[in-house]
Amino acid sequence: MGELILEMKNITKTFGSVTANKDVSLQLYAGEIHALLGENGAGKSTLMNVLTGIYKPDGGEIYYKGKKVSIRSPKQAVNMGIGMVHQHFRLIPTLSVAENVYLYSEDRKFMLNQKKMEDMIRECSERFNLSVDASAKVWQLSVGEQQRVEIIKLLYRGAEILILDEPSAVLTPQEAEQMFKTLRKMADAGKAVIVISHKMNEVMNNANRITVLKDGMVEDTMLAKDATVERLTKAVVGDRQLEEIKPKEGKVSDECVLQMEAVTAMDDKGIPALKDFSVTVHKGEIFGIAGVAGNGQRELGEVIAGLRPAVSGKLILEGVDVTKASIRTRISKGISFIPEDRLHTGLVPGLNLKENVILKEFKGNKYCRRGLLNFSAIEKAAERFVSKYEIKNGGLDLPVSLMSGGNQQKLLIAREVDGRPALIIAAYPVRGLDIGAAETIREILLEESKNGTAVILISEELEEIFKMCDRVGVLCNGELMGVRGIHETDLNEIGKLMSGERNEVKAHA
Amino acid sequence: MHKFRVQKRTEVSMTRKILNPIVFVLFALVFCGIFLAVLKFNPLEVYGKMLEEIFSVRGVQKSVVAGLPLMFTGLAVAFGYRMNLNNIGADGQYAMGSILCIWFALYGPDMPAVPKLIIMFVLAAAGGAFISLLAAIPRAFWNVSETILTMMLNYIVLLFLNFLMYGPWKEEGQMVAQTARTDERYWLPDIGNTGINSIVIIAVIMAVAIYFFHKKTSKGYQMEVIRRGPAAAKYAGMNVKANIIFVLGISGAIAGLAGFAQVGGIIHRVQADLPNGAGYTGIVIAYLAGLNPLVVLIVGFLFGALQISAVAVQITGVPSQIATMIQGSIMLFVIAGEFFKRYKITRQNSQPSLPEKATEDPKKEIPVQEGGAE
Repeated sequence: MGELILEMKNITKTFGSVTANKDVSLQLYAGEIHALLGENGAGKSTLMNVLTGIYKPDGGEIYYKGKKVSIRSPKQAVNMGIGMVHQHFRLIPTLSVAENVYLYSEDRKFMLNQKKMEDMIRECSERFNLSVDASAKVWQLSVGEQQRVEIIKLLYRGAEILILDEPSAVLTPQEAEQMFKTLRKMADAGKAVIVISHKMNEVMNNANRITVLKDGMVEDTMLAKDATVERLTKAVVGDRQLEEIKPKEGKVSDECVLQMEAVTAMDDKGIPALKDFSVTVHKGEIFGIAGVAGNGQRELGEVIAGLRPAVSGKLILEGVDVTKASIRTRISKGISFIPEDRLHTGLVPGLNLKENVILKEFKGNKYCRRGLLNFSAIEKAAERFVSKYEIKNGGLDLPVSLMSGGNQQKLLIAREVDGRPALIIAAYPVRGLDIGAAETIREILLEESKNGTAVILISEELEEIFKMCDRVGVLCNGELMGVRGIHETDLNEIGKLMSGERNEVKAHA
Repeated sequence: MHKFRVQKRTEVSMTRKILNPIVFVLFALVFCGIFLAVLKFNPLEVYGKMLEEIFSVRGVQKSVVAGLPLMFTGLAVAFGYRMNLNNIGADGQYAMGSILCIWFALYGPDMPAVPKLIIMFVLAAAGGAFISLLAAIPRAFWNVSETILTMMLNYIVLLFLNFLMYGPWKEEGQMVAQTARTDERYWLPDIGNTGINSIVIIAVIMAVAIYFFHKKTSKGYQMEVIRRGPAAAKYAGMNVKANIIFVLGISGAIAGLAGFAQVGGIIHRVQADLPNGAGYTGIVIAYLAGLNPLVVLIVGFLFGALQISAVAVQITGVPSQIATMIQGSIMLFVIAGEFFKRYKITRQNSQPSLPEKATEDPKKEIPVQEGGAE
C-alpha cells in the first residue's frame, strides 16, 4: 500500500436527535481498495456525504494529503480530487458519453471539441480497461457501461479518491467481476478506492481493507485477508439473533391463479420491454423471476398490476380475463403489488402511517362511509399492522419518510397482504434493507404462500430465489429464457440464462 | 473570512409564523418612509392615519368589503393548489360568475328573494366553474398546462365583461361603464347592525367546508395523495383525470362566487374591470395562508385592510401612486420575508484551508489531460 492519502478523525454528524456518525475514524491509503460495510442506516452514506462535502460534520477533522481540510461542497471535494459514483447515476441520457464527461469537467470552454474529447476518453478508457464508446448516447448504454462513464467522469476530473456506492448492485456477476478488475487497476495506478457494499463475499474477495460501520460507529477494521464471514457477520449484525429461513418445501396446488399468455408490453420509450411472456403461477407457489435489473422486470410487475397496458397477449386471473381490467378492478380481485420504488410508488412519503394504510382503500367500505373517512377503522388497522409486523415508528401521525427503509417496507407489505390477496407481485422486496428486516419480509411472503397466495418474486439475489421459490423463470432482454423447478437447476445454469445463453431445452412455461 | 450559509429550519414555531410577517411589514414601512420623507411627508403621520383608518369600526367594515372577493379568490387558488393545480384564472372565473349572476338578477324572471338569490348563487358558481373547466379538460386529457390556459382565459372573459359593461348592459343615461343596480329585494342583508354583509357568513361556511373536506373526506384524501405522490396515486388506481376536472371545477366555482358576493352583497351591480386583479392577489393570499382555507379568510381580510388604508392616506395629501407603492411594498416584503420563516442564515468564521495543490490548480494532476486539452 502507498502513502496515507486521507484521514478522517472522529467524525461526528447528527441530524436532530439521531446520531448518524459518532467518532468515526478512517484512514485511506493510495493504492488500496477500501470497503465500507454495514447495514442500512449504519452511517456509511452519511460518512461519504461528509467526505464529499454534501454534509458538514458536527465534529472531527479531515486530513487530505497531510493537510487539514474542511470540505464545504461536492464541487470543492471534486476539485480536491475526491469523487463519488452514486447509486443513481448522474448522467444526461440524451447526450453522448463525451458530452457528459465534458459537462462535468472543470475546464469547459465555450465550444466542445467533440473529436478531442472522444480521443481523450478513449485514452483514459484504454488505460483503465473502461471500454465505452465515447460517441454513443448515454441512453443507449447498458447499466454497466453507464457506470463506467461515471468513473471516467471522475478520472477526467483528476480524482485521487474514488467512492463507489454499491457499485455491484446493478450488475450481473460477470459485469461486477469486470468492474472490480477495473477498480484494482486504478488502485494499482496509485488511486484510492472506497467501495460501499452490502455483500460480504464481494468485499472479502476484492478489497484490501474492510471497515465495518454499525450504528454510526466503527465496529471493526481489518485487512481483507483476515476477514471471515463469521467475523464480518458479527460486526455487521452484532449479537442479534437471526433466524435462518428454511428452504421452501414444495407443496404447491395445481390450481392456477395467474396465467399469462404471450404478453407483450412497452417500456416508457415505447420499445417492447416484455416480449411474448407466458407463464402460469399456481396457488401457494412462489415463482421467482431472476435476471439482471432492467430486463423487463419492472414492466412485468406493472403489466400484471395494471399500471402498464399489455399491447398483446392475455392475462387471466383465477379464470377471468383481466387483460383490459382497470387497476381498481385488479386490486379488488386480489392482485397485490409491492413495487420496486417502494417509497414513491408504494407509499406516499409525506403522508403519515395511517394515511398510507388506506392508500388502496381510499373508497369502498373498508375505511370509508358515504365518502367520509372512517378514522376509527383506519386507526385500528394501523395499530393492527404495527403490532403484527412490529413496525417501528415515531407515531402514527408522523410522515412515513421518517421511518427506516425496513419499516417502510413492512408497512407496505402489511397493507398488501391484508385481506389475503390471490396474488402478490413482489419486486425486489428486500433491496437495500438490512439483514433483520429482509428476513422478516421473506418470512411474511413465505407465510402468505403457505396460506395459498401465489407470489411472484422478482429478485436480483439468486441466493434469495433459491431459498424461497418453487420455480424460477429467467428474464433477459424482456424474454423469458426458461423456467426451471428450483430443485432441478443450479446457480450456474441460472447465471447463464441471465446472460442470455439459451439452452437447448426449450422453456416449458 | 466570514461566510454565510443558508440552512433550512427544521421546525417553524407558531411565534415565528406570526411574528415574521409583522417584522417584514415594519421593514416595508421603513422602506416607504424613506420615500415619504423625501417627498416631504411625515411618515409617522401618514402611517398614523393608516392605522387610525384600519382600527376604526368603519375601517373594519370597509376592510371586510374590500377583502371579501379576495377571500373567495384566495380560497379558489388554495383549493386548486392542494392538488398542484395552478389556477391563475380566478380573475376570469370571478368575472364570468358576476356576469351570469347579474344577468339573472337584472334580466331574469321576477320571483321571491330566496329562490332568486339561490339561483344567482348557483349561476355565479356555474359561471366560474365553466371557465375553469375550459382549462381543466385539456389539462386532464392532453396534459396542457393549466397555468397558461387559465391565465389566457382571463383576457377573454374580462374583454367579454367589458364589452357588456360598455355595450348592451350599460346603465342608461350614465357615464360609468357599469350595469344598473339590482332590485333592493335581492340584496343580502347585513348581519344585525354591524354594517357587515351576511355574505361573510357564506365565505366562512365555505372555508370551514373546504377545511373539513380536506381533512375528512375520501376525495380530500385523494387530492392529497395525488399532490404528494402522483406515482402512488396511479398505483392505487385513483382516477387522476377525474380528480383534476373535479378540483379545477370546484376552484373555478369558488372564484365565481366572488361575483355573487359583489352582486348579492356588496355593490349590487357589475362594473367594467370588476375583478381588478383579485384573482392574482388570491394567489398571494393562498400562498401566504399556506393553503389553509381558514387562514385564507384572515389573510384576505388583512389584504382588504391594506387596500383601504392605502386609500385613506390619500386624504393626507399623499399621491395615490405612493399609496399604491406602500401597498405593493408591504406585499413584497411579506412575501420575501417568507424565506426567513423557512430558512435561517448562519455565519461561519472558519478559515478555509485547502491543501495548496488543490487550490492552485486541480487540473495539473489530471493524468488523462496530458494528451493536450489546452
